Amino acid sequence: MRTTTATVTIRIPTPLRGFTNNQETVEVSGATVGEALQQLVEQFPRLKPHLFNDEGRLRSFVNIYVGDEDIRYLQREATPLKPGAELSIVPSVAGGGL
Amino acid sequence: MKIKATLLDQIRKHGEATYPEECCGLLLGKSGPDGNRVLALYPVENRHAEQRERRYTIAPSDYLAAERAARRQGLDVVGFYHSHPDHPARPSATDLAEATFPGYTYVIVAVHQGRAGELTAWHLSPDRTRFEPETIEIEPESASVDQT
Repeated sequence: MRTTTATVTIRIPTPLRGFTNNQETVEVSGATVGEALQQLVEQFPRLKPHLFNDEGRLRSFVNIYVGDEDIRYLQREATPLKPGAELSIVPSVAGGGL
Repeated sequence: MKIKATLLDQIRKHGEATYPEECCGLLLGKSGPDGNRVLALYPVENRHAEQRERRYTIAPSDYLAAERAARRQGLDVVGFYHSHPDHPARPSATDLAEATFPGYTYVIVAVHQGRAGELTAWHLSPDRTRFEPETIEIEPESASVDQT
């Protein structure tokens, strides 16, 4: 059986565009979110340590959205992608005085 | 970072308004080889579930909304701000533990007894081990987006 791979767009946060030749968006193909992210870091290897930890898992402050949906509430990295889907890399921003 | 004095005042006022809780928001502007230029603010609600006197959280959905608002203005999210009620305007251990990507500017305003005081700017070092101070360059109020 042939797997369908959708061409999707990944939006790159401002500080990471130095690793994507200043591209705001990168087009990759992938049937799932995990495949799309894998393609992204294969194309731009210097992005990898900013998105993934040493065990190869997404860093805890990195959220991936497909359109308006957080993949945590979908099927995480196994979330299937439709052609033309837009993925956003969204940091969890937190801290405090103490 | 470069920023207009009126925007710094808005950050101070936000910190005073939410005192004794921490305020937070996003810095919208342009990122260039010589640093970040802040041209607008996107204040958001502190979404931390408890202890908002000591903690802040910007919800990812608020970040996404801010990013879209920025894009409509031809800008980008270039950083964040938050207040430290009754604590110095220096990054805390929590700030470092929760830091995101190097390249964002983090503005901190100290608010003592409800009055805004020192305001500082920082960025995460490339190896993620510490926050480094950023100079704050005040731009004239007349500066426009095109003058990069």
